[in-house]
Amino acid sequence: MSELTMVRQSRPTRPVSAAPALLAHTAFLTARLLRGFWRMPVYLVMNLVQPMIWLLLFGQLFKSIADIPGFASGSYVDFMTPGIVMMMALFGSAWAGTSYIQDMDRGVMDRLLTSPASRGALMASTMLFQAVLTVIQTAVVLPIAGLTGAKFDGGWAGLAILFLAAILLTFVFSALSNAVALLARQQTALIGISQLLSFPLMFVSSAIMDTRLSPTWVRDLARFNPFEWAVAAGRGALQASPDWGSVWGDLGLLAALVVVMGGLATAAFRAYQRSA
Amino acid sequence: MSPHQSPGTASAITAVDLAKSYPGGRGKPRVHALAGLTFEAAAGEVFGLLGPNGAGKSTAVKILSTLSRADSGSAHVAGIDVARQPEKVRAAIGFVAQKSVCDPMDTGYENLVLAGRLQGLAGPAAKARALELLDRFSLGSARDRLVKTYSGGMARKLDVAVGLMHRPSVLFLDEPTTGLDPEARADMWEEIEGMAAAENMTVLLTTHYLDEADRLAAHVAILDGGRVVASGTPEGLKRELRGDAVILETGLDADPAAAASTMASLGYVRDVSRDGRTVRGRTDDGAAALPHVLAALDAAGVAVASATLARPSLDDVYLRHTGRSYSASAAEEVAA
Repeated sequence: MSELTMVRQSRPTRPVSAAPALLAHTAFLTARLLRGFWRMPVYLVMNLVQPMIWLLLFGQLFKSIADIPGFASGSYVDFMTPGIVMMMALFGSAWAGTSYIQDMDRGVMDRLLTSPASRGALMASTMLFQAVLTVIQTAVVLPIAGLTGAKFDGGWAGLAILFLAAILLTFVFSALSNAVALLARQQTALIGISQLLSFPLMFVSSAIMDTRLSPTWVRDLARFNPFEWAVAAGRGALQASPDWGSVWGDLGLLAALVVVMGGLATAAFRAYQRSA
Repeated sequence: MSPHQSPGTASAITAVDLAKSYPGGRGKPRVHALAGLTFEAAAGEVFGLLGPNGAGKSTAVKILSTLSRADSGSAHVAGIDVARQPEKVRAAIGFVAQKSVCDPMDTGYENLVLAGRLQGLAGPAAKARALELLDRFSLGSARDRLVKTYSGGMARKLDVAVGLMHRPSVLFLDEPTTGLDPEARADMWEEIEGMAAAENMTVLLTTHYLDEADRLAAHVAILDGGRVVASGTPEGLKRELRGDAVILETGLDADPAAAASTMASLGYVRDVSRDGRTVRGRTDDGAAALPHVLAALDAAGVAVASATLARPSLDDVYLRHTGRSYSASAAEEVAA
């Protein structure tokens, strides 16, 4: 860049079209979140330890479930591994709004909102950041599950779909968490999501229990549960011969919900500014 | 309101009859933060908005910086309507909130480069500008340290630098020195003075310190109850106050009413008022008048526990224009 163009940077009113700005801003803001994460090694370790605890604890506690007549899978570890992956994605995403709360407590959010930073990028960057955490956790939990006996008959394709389902689930619930953060502006509201929403969603699903052994109402309700869509897609894709129609159906539902939730959550910025 | 209201080129900020109210909470009436705020800041000057907490300063800054929307009224910043074209306003302004606007988990350099990139600067331009500003604000040696390790004064300077990254034509500084120790405050004043000239921009400064506005602002507007109660140059406002404040604390056994009437009877102490054991007055040359005041009180048999002389302060200006004192809330602010 020449001296001349440097000088001409002053008073920028350059017309940047929306799409490149959205992508560029998303990249800058996601990089900021990742830097902050990398600089808190304790947080990183917590994120890696938690999945192991869950895997080993649930695996041992419910081991004999697989012996119940009518249980779908021969091995409980096989059965629950996709469930644990999605539980981590769900429970992690419930706290995604934390970075907004921190930014609001400081003046960072106000500074970003008075700059040309795209609102879509503010939303997308936190969703992407949370997805990176989900990918890291999943990448740690899968080999450990393998060591404790889990078999991934679906191969690499199946694992790729499992990651995709976990990422889509993360997008849905981190957008929700962000929206709650923008509307309530308090960390305690996020506890509400994780307690009042995540746990019921987890239990009305096949994450740790085959719903064919549950009461009919649980099975019926689970069909409308986005968390169950992700569990079913991940588990389905890991089968030796997956029912691809069903897997892609669930992924499609999740993807549609990502668009809806992302849009609604971005609209929550308007509510935040109205009451600012 | 005409659709193409174009403020004169000499005006960087125009606010006309801005009103904004918030829900007051359960069962309480709405809080009217702004009730017809009107003022104008000329291009290239430092303009001070003065007032105690709750006067509407921050609400005004939020509306002008597109963070919030007014219920009614209109405002232009850099000639752009803030309600109609907030995106354009955002490209033209820098914003330094009351709270720190920097990410403590990023370095000073990273904070600046991010701000520049979001404002649309290309990578090399953003990096060059970040280094230039770090140098200007004497933060060069701290550029690669996380902001959470900065002192309050350093972090505040970085906040201002973040607001300057893209060379805005209007900079909002919301209470830039609140919470800083006296040395850091003096340091910040120097920076603000220097940069207004160097960057050729308009600065809207909110503060509850009259001395701060006095030192930095070419014009000030004093806010109370969401509207301007007085405006002009700091010199002009102080001249209106005519002299120094004399503040006496009467002894426990003394009669404050007698002290007040004695002071008023002297002739050269004006605006005598009484609040509990505190008696206030105003005189042209406080240092010369005080011994005479004390002698007169002594002769009248009124014991005085303490006597203070004060240059005209925001409190005094405020008292004069609103008829009430906010010294209690100001004292809390100073203590905070």
